Amino acid sequence: MFSSVDDVSARLAETGYLASPAVATTVFLADRLGKPLLVEGPAGVGKTELAKAVAQVADARLVRLQCYEGVDESRALYEWNHAKQLLRISAGRDESWDEARTDIFSEEFLLPRPLLTAIRGDDPKVLLIDETDKADVEVEGLLLEVLSDFQVTVPELGTVTATRRPFVVLTSNASRELSEALRRRCLFLHIGFPEEELERRIVRLKVPGLSEALTESVVRVIGALRAMDLRKVPSVAETIDWARTLLALGADTLDETVVRDSLGVILKHQDDIQKAAAKLDLDAL
Amino acid sequence: MTTPAGVPERLTGLVGALRAHGVRVGTGETVDAARAVEALGLADRELLREGLAATLLHGTGHRTVFDPVFDLYFPRGIGAPGTGAADREELRDRLAEALAADDRALMARLAAEAVDGLGGYGSSPDSDGWSAYQTLDRLRPQTLLARVRTGVRERNGGGGPEFADRLLDDEIRRRIEAFRAMVGSEARRRVAERRDRDMLARRAVRPTADRVDFLFAGRDQLAELRRAAQPLARKLATRLAARRRRAARGTIDLRRTLRGSLSTGGVPMRPVLRRRRPVRPELVLLCDVSGSVSGFSDFTMLLVQALHDQFSKVRVFAFVNRIDEVTALLDHGTADPEGLSARIGAEATLTGWHGSSDYGVALGEFAERYGDAVGPRTTVFVLGDARTNQSDPNLPAVRRIAERARRVYWLNPEQRSQWGTGDSAAPAYAELVEMHECRTARQLSGLVGRLLPV
Repeated sequence: MFSSVDDVSARLAETGYLASPAVATTVFLADRLGKPLLVEGPAGVGKTELAKAVAQVADARLVRLQCYEGVDESRALYEWNHAKQLLRISAGRDESWDEARTDIFSEEFLLPRPLLTAIRGDDPKVLLIDETDKADVEVEGLLLEVLSDFQVTVPELGTVTATRRPFVVLTSNASRELSEALRRRCLFLHIGFPEEELERRIVRLKVPGLSEALTESVVRVIGALRAMDLRKVPSVAETIDWARTLLALGADTLDETVVRDSLGVILKHQDDIQKAAAKLDLDAL
Repeated sequence: MTTPAGVPERLTGLVGALRAHGVRVGTGETVDAARAVEALGLADRELLREGLAATLLHGTGHRTVFDPVFDLYFPRGIGAPGTGAADREELRDRLAEALAADDRALMARLAAEAVDGLGGYGSSPDSDGWSAYQTLDRLRPQTLLARVRTGVRERNGGGGPEFADRLLDDEIRRRIEAFRAMVGSEARRRVAERRDRDMLARRAVRPTADRVDFLFAGRDQLAELRRAAQPLARKLATRLAARRRRAARGTIDLRRTLRGSLSTGGVPMRPVLRRRRPVRPELVLLCDVSGSVSGFSDFTMLLVQALHDQFSKVRVFAFVNRIDEVTALLDHGTADPEGLSARIGAEATLTGWHGSSDYGVALGEFAERYGDAVGPRTTVFVLGDARTNQSDPNLPAVRRIAERARRVYWLNPEQRSQWGTGDSAAPAYAELVEMHECRTARQLSGLVGRLLPV
């Protein structure tokens, strides 16, 4: 899919995703080694966006499995279309038992769910397993077969093996420790907060109207806030929100009033706002 | 495999060093790493670093170990930088400029020159080496702050004071900190050329924070541990919930099983399990917060506080040589773990006539004043090194507490072989209550997961 690491960065940038060298290298390796990619990191740094960008670059279909507490086999893998099976049985009254049995457990009555969809068919696909840590431990066991051998076993049908391996991205917010078995099958990528230079480029790309000097100040203030011990440090998503807010407010430089009025865009807890205001020498709120 | 000679050896050496630091790396991952080397080539060192990290590591915590080890096995260069002896003042000038421009590549080169010019010590072949400490001591990069500040201002063209400029000092301090880390890894690299690299990778690279001895952890490692308390608590809560589920599959209730068997002619067809009453246990923590063990106590208090919703009641007491309740302080202080020990010191009465810890008096006072905090549903944890400073250990008080409580555990941050040496009363206490060695965060989470009542 990609010829070099630089190729990855360049093509991801075309879709509007600016990748750090670490991200580009790992995406390149995941493609080369044919291994799933496990992405961890704080909320709002673009974990899900990465999968979407890769799908766009590869001109592939994005198959998404959103994990939540209680997601199970029939939501993730496949399900038999029970109603249709009943219809089939009542339609063919004169058949022998053997005929009916082999027929109702055929592909026609199978409802594929994301994992099965991703490995069937010949078109390129990107499988995104989002928020893997929200799913129960049992689901991880389900994923193991898919992730290591790219196959799914349906007892009545046999094993479905991928003819064309999908590019797999798993994301996690580390609200639960994923099992060692799952981690071992993946390449691990931690997306942290971007370096100043990269973040400036991101702001420039997403909020083109903002002046150069203001962009620089915004990124510096955000960098300083991240170094503080806050309950929820601002993420890239907040940086962009803030830049948009400043643009909408028509500010051309940062000053105390502007920062004080818009601090709520980047910090989401009252304690944090107070702490940041003290640190930035803003007057009492 | 078409990798250049020596790379497989370096790779396996790297993996060996990572394993020695407790990172679990399997053979499969090593093979993947080799394939990654093949795919990426050896031209760009930073790409190689990211590639190996992606294939070998499974979590974020290991990155702090991986980076220095990688620097040892895949060094930036070999030998001296070859610029000749550097002059201290001239180096400082150039460093100030590099810091002002935030030029990382130049800073790395300067770090190499500085170690070469200022860090060497010893002259005989076996006792010489390079010292990061000596380099930094002579170079004193932290005193450059004011010069760098003016440098940055000039660079910006001397416009009016901008809002973001008030952050400048912190930014410069972070840059200096980055430079210090560069000097450290450069000195390690130079030493590694002389000595056994494998040995150095095991000894000279700091272990991950959860494997550092509480008693020897530095300030930033303790800060890292405090930040880790919340996620660790979340993990432990899941483990406790699992234990609770397992424990709920109770024993057979004989009376109700027999009563039920009457309808089947006395044959117990359907065993009835005893119902468990959901009792949430109570927890009492007695923490020695004197200087020697305060890092350990702080961390444990935060951890237990983060776990508080698992228990019906958590009470925390701190002592040095007098005891006082600090539960309330922990409660509203969840947002600020940094200042915890300072607040405890300021707001609780912990010392009487002198400032050193006295277990006998403190435990005696607890048994007397707060005796009713301990009941048959209470599990008591005592945290401390049991060093009584030669005073009476007051064993009867401990016995009284142990009799009233459901369980008493003592967590001791000292190595087991140190127990009983000097003024330690550990063996005497260990006869009365269960004492566990608890030197690192890793040990602590294991113990907490096992010992906490469900």
